[in-house]
Amino acid sequence: MKKIYTPLSTQGLSKLKAGDEVLLSGIIYTARDQAHKRLCESIKKKKKLPFELSGAVIYYCGPTKTPKGLAIGSCGPTTSSRMDAFAPLLIKNGLKAMIGKGGCSQEVCAAIKKHKAIYFLAFAGCGALLSGCVKKATAFTYADLGPEAIVKLEVEDFPLIVGIDAKGNSVYRARAPK
Amino acid sequence: MKTIKAISIRRAVADLCVKASIVLRPDVLAALKRALAREQNKRARHLLQVIIDNAACARAKSLAICQDTGMPVVFLEVGSNVKISGDLKLAVNRGVEDGYRSGCLRDSIVRDPLLRGKPGYAPAVIHIDIVPGSNLEISVLPKGFGSENKSQLKMFKPTVGIEEIKKFIIEAVRSAGPDACPPYIIGVGIGGTADYACLLAKKALLRKLTANGERRTADDPSAALGASKRLTAKLERELLRAINNLNIGPMGLGGKTTALAVHIETYPTHIAGLPVALNISCHALRSASIIL
Repeated sequence: MKKIYTPLSTQGLSKLKAGDEVLLSGIIYTARDQAHKRLCESIKKKKKLPFELSGAVIYYCGPTKTPKGLAIGSCGPTTSSRMDAFAPLLIKNGLKAMIGKGGCSQEVCAAIKKHKAIYFLAFAGCGALLSGCVKKATAFTYADLGPEAIVKLEVEDFPLIVGIDAKGNSVYRARAPK
Repeated sequence: MKTIKAISIRRAVADLCVKASIVLRPDVLAALKRALAREQNKRARHLLQVIIDNAACARAKSLAICQDTGMPVVFLEVGSNVKISGDLKLAVNRGVEDGYRSGCLRDSIVRDPLLRGKPGYAPAVIHIDIVPGSNLEISVLPKGFGSENKSQLKMFKPTVGIEEIKKFIIEAVRSAGPDACPPYIIGVGIGGTADYACLLAKKALLRKLTANGERRTADDPSAALGASKRLTAKLERELLRAINNLNIGPMGLGGKTTALAVHIETYPTHIAGLPVALNISCHALRSASIIL
């Protein structure tokens, strides 16, 4: 299986097609609903973001608490469509990849195509298994959000499926309703 | 009169929260394995295997099956000969907190739906029913919101045809698409009032998944009637077939395993109406019960 590493290069991503399976290693940041709202508010107010968005990978994930002896608890993807309202602005500001589950809006798809970003699917509802691919988890920012805080993850061979490739092709389009 | 102490309830609820979140229900696991044996789509087969592996991994490492350990829904069937010493709801919510904390589950509950704020473990949504007997049955169903968000309710006209009801259910699953972690278990509540149909749909998820879709004997009066029972059983089969022809499949990437089961619960209703509610569960349908 194809292996990819962060920081992701535009050139490398352009070779991936919707439906391809890859193993990702490197640094990714968890962020979901409330963290997205804050990140976008910061961009709109021209404030400094907590991490360098350019080239970054965001994982739509809110892990459980970490049991003793493990790097992280259960940590599967959450529903991506809830981040539809925020993703285009983040992509425009340099976000390179998103990891989640389910479909994304046309606007997100268009932003991915325009800025040559990518959207990956992680195994939905398989948080226990995915926990094994996380080597290190460091609380990063927005701790007051609890499970919605941003956590920096060091992942190794994290299994993904390309959901929307850099050309804007979606793995779901062929079977999308209506 | 049997007396049950609040502390016993608190302990039982804590254990059930952990068990439900970490050990996948045997009937759900068996249904996943049956689906894998039937499925022909290569990617769907792979994804079903990953889901089954995840259940084994969760159990082996005592990890939550899914990071969304849900909003805990607790059903209490209190025997009329049971006396509870202490505060029942407090015991349940303390039990939830104990269980979620000790099981390293997720604090997903915000105290106020509008103000939000820092999430915690409790409270649970609690349904209490008084039944004959001297037992207290507790069921904990931690409900993830990826699937809960796809719930639907429709108040049909009483003259509507069954085909219209089927269409509503199938379209609700189609619109959930890949988002709510298929393969799904579809809970349907038909009858009662708007609120009661929703409760029936949720309760339908507690029913054991069986190989042939055979219904357990329901305790509501309508299902005790042969014709009604036969009709709902037929509807369940037809809906499951139609849903599995949607080609949504595991993770929405195709295949004929879109739902593992359709469970319908019915109740008498008003001459002027026909409420139909749908509660979708993801493939990680989690619940655990105990009788005290």
